[in-house]
Amino acid sequence: MNITVQIPSALRRHTGGTAKVSCAAANLNDLFSTLDEKFPDLKPHLRDESGQIRRFLNVYVNEEDIRFLGGPSYTFQDGDEVLLVPSIAGG
Amino acid sequence: MRYELRCRECHKNWGNVPKSICEDCFSPLEVFYDYDSIRNSGDFTREKIAQGPPNIWRYSALLPLPGNFEPTLPVGFTPLIKASGLARELGTKNLYIKNDAVCLPTLSFKDRVVAVALANARSFGFDTVSCSSTGNLANATAAQAARNGFKCWIFIPADLEAAKIIGTQVFGAKLVRISGSYDQVNRLCSQIADEHNWGFVNVNLRPYYAEGSKTVGYEIAEQLGWRLPDNVVCPMAGGSLIVKIKKAFEELIQLGLVEPKPVKFFGAQATGCSPISTAVKLGNMDIEPQKPSTIARSLAIGNPADGHYAIKTITQSGGWSEDVSDPEIVKSIQLLAETEGIFTETAGGVTLGCARKLYKSDRILPNETTVLCITGNGLKTTDVLAGEYETEEPIAPKLAEFEKYLGQTLDVQEPVVA
Repeated sequence: MNITVQIPSALRRHTGGTAKVSCAAANLNDLFSTLDEKFPDLKPHLRDESGQIRRFLNVYVNEEDIRFLGGPSYTFQDGDEVLLVPSIAGG
Repeated sequence: MRYELRCRECHKNWGNVPKSICEDCFSPLEVFYDYDSIRNSGDFTREKIAQGPPNIWRYSALLPLPGNFEPTLPVGFTPLIKASGLARELGTKNLYIKNDAVCLPTLSFKDRVVAVALANARSFGFDTVSCSSTGNLANATAAQAARNGFKCWIFIPADLEAAKIIGTQVFGAKLVRISGSYDQVNRLCSQIADEHNWGFVNVNLRPYYAEGSKTVGYEIAEQLGWRLPDNVVCPMAGGSLIVKIKKAFEELIQLGLVEPKPVKFFGAQATGCSPISTAVKLGNMDIEPQKPSTIARSLAIGNPADGHYAIKTITQSGGWSEDVSDPEIVKSIQLLAETEGIFTETAGGVTLGCARKLYKSDRILPNETTVLCITGNGLKTTDVLAGEYETEEPIAPKLAEFEKYLGQTLDVQEPVVA
């Protein structure tokens, strides 16, 4: 599926300044593998030493937290817009 | 350098910059202090603090404040009240209320965090400050922005209480209502902060902002005569306050202002938004996000950023976390008002409601010194009490009329809160 991924500014120094990426990915795991390949410098920032996606990284699909859509089991649809957002809160 | 930002997970230092996320590992940044130099300076002692003003600035030596900072508002140093009437009602003793329902200038503990955030916004050169908010933070940011001459943009979920909306607009802030939950507003703000050079108090200024919460802990210890309580019960939204009270206590121990003592931390949430208490009860170290549905809108954060650290704080201390239903929240608001004369908002109802459960389940024992953190004012959420009280029929301004009315009223049994 063809999707777009928004890279937050905190991580753009690892993508050569690229803020938006278009790529093909079936699911979350696939997306992270694609990002790993495209931006090898980014990989250690998205995954911890054991290869797990980092605890404080939130993934949104079309404004919805991917955990509400099934998380890793969610299948991307054509045109999905994916956001990588750090955990921030405090109302 | 007296303090600087450090990553909570990979411990990389980042100096002092408007940034809340470690660019290496994406974890939150926190203010770290050079405690040796603070100890050697002699600026943070009981005596020095006693000479300070009766507000949070008496603890300036342990707050991240730029060298040239001059306070413009007397924030905090709210009453710590021995709650004997409430204690009787709960069948306990040694119960205290930390009453931030009367925190100045906008009647919630958020005044503390905003004061510290804006001190840094100024030194970082921002002319506009902003926040995503469930209401109290909006009020605090708008008021202090007005006082300090910042332009101000506030982002809120569209369904907020009317008093919290007016209480933001009155300060001249630009209010943007978002059709969505707080978590969606928050996510939007992190994107806006990426594009606009604004000082978002709870995004790019967040590490500094969060340190303001420590003053609740300093005050509790000082007002107890420089000793720590056995238990603290604290409402949880993003989960930051409970973590920072613990940090405050640890700093006081480290710098020798109080005797070391284990303190149990208890978290309070509304059942309709209880990601942290659910995780504690299940024994999980990470939260599962929820879609909030509760009258406690100031606590309605379904994806709390500090959830992981709040869980750690609670479980490592031997504490626990509870949650209460909306009707229990209303009953608790009434109970606190009727026993102690304190009118708290929904978050306070959550805290007291959970404390009742913790006493009932013997997780908190009657002879222990326990502090309930009341963080906001009931005048901002009067809508939840609609229908709780009958509208009295007016009577004529005649003594006879009153005597007749009195006779009728005394026939009716006094209402009792369950």
